[in-house]
Amino acid sequence: MEQQQAAPPMQQSFFTPFNVITGTILLMGMVLTVLRFTGGLGAVTNLDHNTPWGIWIGFDLLCGVALAAGGYVTSAACYIFGLKKFHSAVRPAILTAFLGYALVVLALTYDVGRPWRLPYPILVSPGTSSLLFEVALCVMLYLTVLFVEFSPAAMEWLGLRKARTLVMRLVLMLTIFGVILSTMHQSSLGALYLIAPSKLHPLWYSTYLALFFFVSSMFAGLSMVIFESSLSHRYLHKHMDHHHLDNSNDVALGFAKAASFIMIGYLFIQMIGLAIDNDWHHLATGWGAWYLLELIGFVALPALVYAVGVREKNIRLIRWTSVWVVLGIIFNRLNVSLVAFNWQLPASQRYFPSWMEIGTTLFIVTLGVVIYRFIATRMPILYEHPDYQED
Amino acid sequence: MGITRRQLLGWMAAGAGAGAGGLVPTSVRAAANMHFAGFPQSKGVLHDITLCIGCRKCEAACNTVNELPAPETPFDNLDVLKLDRQLSPETYTVVNRFYPTDPRKPQFVKKQCNHCLEPACASACFVKALRKQKTGAVTYDESLCVGCRYCMIACPFNVPAYEYHKALTPRVMKCTMCHPRIEKGLQPGCVEACPKEALTFGHRDELIRAARQRIERHPERYINHIYGETEMGGTSWLYLAGHPFGTLGMREDLGVVSAPEFTSGALAIVPMIVSVGVMLLTGIYAINQRREKIADEERRDAVDQTREEFEALMQQKLSEQKKAAEKAKDAAIKREVEKALAEAAKPEADQPAGEENGKEE
Repeated sequence: MEQQQAAPPMQQSFFTPFNVITGTILLMGMVLTVLRFTGGLGAVTNLDHNTPWGIWIGFDLLCGVALAAGGYVTSAACYIFGLKKFHSAVRPAILTAFLGYALVVLALTYDVGRPWRLPYPILVSPGTSSLLFEVALCVMLYLTVLFVEFSPAAMEWLGLRKARTLVMRLVLMLTIFGVILSTMHQSSLGALYLIAPSKLHPLWYSTYLALFFFVSSMFAGLSMVIFESSLSHRYLHKHMDHHHLDNSNDVALGFAKAASFIMIGYLFIQMIGLAIDNDWHHLATGWGAWYLLELIGFVALPALVYAVGVREKNIRLIRWTSVWVVLGIIFNRLNVSLVAFNWQLPASQRYFPSWMEIGTTLFIVTLGVVIYRFIATRMPILYEHPDYQED
Repeated sequence: MGITRRQLLGWMAAGAGAGAGGLVPTSVRAAANMHFAGFPQSKGVLHDITLCIGCRKCEAACNTVNELPAPETPFDNLDVLKLDRQLSPETYTVVNRFYPTDPRKPQFVKKQCNHCLEPACASACFVKALRKQKTGAVTYDESLCVGCRYCMIACPFNVPAYEYHKALTPRVMKCTMCHPRIEKGLQPGCVEACPKEALTFGHRDELIRAARQRIERHPERYINHIYGETEMGGTSWLYLAGHPFGTLGMREDLGVVSAPEFTSGALAIVPMIVSVGVMLLTGIYAINQRREKIADEERRDAVDQTREEFEALMQQKLSEQKKAAEKAKDAAIKREVEKALAEAAKPEADQPAGEENGKEE
């Protein structure tokens, strides 16, 4: 206490617990970055001949994109389906989506062998028979769309009124474009695994894999918006205006209701997937237990709790459930990409991430949190700019 | 997975949210019904596992012709055969030893790229760095490769290997079927080096015929299956064996569908999502706008109507009140007149009474 009081105020305010923890992680990330780009993937990852894709794809790409789905879900709800009471949720959701996708691309530069060639599929030699081509094209276009969708906030901050007016005219077109691009690449991330039926466990492999990924991205996005909103309420409360505060319970209730409904639908389509391929007998195995844990423990139960939360208008319950659903989405994406992938291999040949892979992922997530905080404490994200309230 | 591509396409169309199953054009399905049986006159290699003695001469030759780094254990050391060796960036081919039935009768299986007729790796490559050549070889172009390793995910035989320890120029490494040698009219290095004719190079069609003949002539020696004839839609590399292939480290559950067919449905639906998506979303937006407009109009109409009704009512009340007031006025005047007449008739009447009447008015 005495030391803190004695320290000059500037220093005291800089070494907050938040800054110390994030600073350490960012520093570690920079060291890992150097290791990755001097020693190659082999120096930092446990990737091998059998498992060419680790958590940088399984978590950073698959979970990153799924959890950034809040952007298209919220803007579609507000601008296309005309649910205007969700308007206050659009900006934070778009910002998260934009940062999410930007960080997905950043993570890819770590994962691919020659990141400077990432434009090759578009500019040099398009391999249109690949689902990864579709993913690359959509992610690139959608990142651009999200950047433009986000830009009015930055323009208000910088006072660029004319440019902002121009962009605001494009909102509807951008939203429609964004929803279509999201539909395509959310689903094609699942479709990436269609090519390897011999490697992915039948309970997770399905001809409907693309649809599963798309539908689950909807409730992933909805839940992520609820989750982030509760974080913002806790840590960025002073940056919110009364409009945002008044509507945030409506957003939580509305989104929880929608998520619950979609999750029940998702259960049905999963069951259709089982029936089509006649995979029922796998349910009696250990893999079946794991699958049921995912489907009942992380979809059916939280859907039910969401419904109860909505009926009783219990915002606290809804917020905790959103964390549960987000974890469930991560569980599902990791199951498809890592746990159930190469399931037939002996345990000795299976992959487990190195601490450096986990460290790099942590670094990228932390980078996202820091940038979000930087922007949300400066630009009109959680409040409406007083000069631009007319629209 | 027990589903034909035709069904799949239908479901993908339905699944896209359009709610219609017949969105995929018939020409795509027509293409699906054409089975690609490989380029005509394309080459292949027949590996007769029953003839292989595990001498590793093919491994040595492969190492030389492809200018790969020298291995840790020299090629004349046969101890490595007992290991379950995998392909790697330094070894395009390995020979592994198996004991399918009798522990005294080892079987040697050579592993390398099988050069699928419709390769999973080539269809998965998003820069077309991997290609199926007319010679039958599946080749790799280092100058295009981004290093995404989707080819490794896609390959059902786990063939492509990656240079994980190269920082800036990692390559995907795999057997090229000695494509440059074939173009010069030579045989692949491994085939040329084989002392027991366990490897035969030739046109794939002829190799299949030859393999069938061998099975027919020696049914006691071979099981009745040519591995690679139909696996994953067919491969340029073909195998004959005296034991079930599952006991020789080869997967028997790959099916006969080529890898691109697993993804063609998902790819075919993409342009449909774009077009149907624009229709659907713009439609929903337009319907919402329209509904809002109508709701606005109705609200305005309702307000207008209420106002009109209210005004009419007020008008009515006003006029009624006016009438009542006039009536009262008339009555008062009448009364006054009568009073005045009465007063005029009685000149001696009271003055104060007249004042009171005046006040009432």
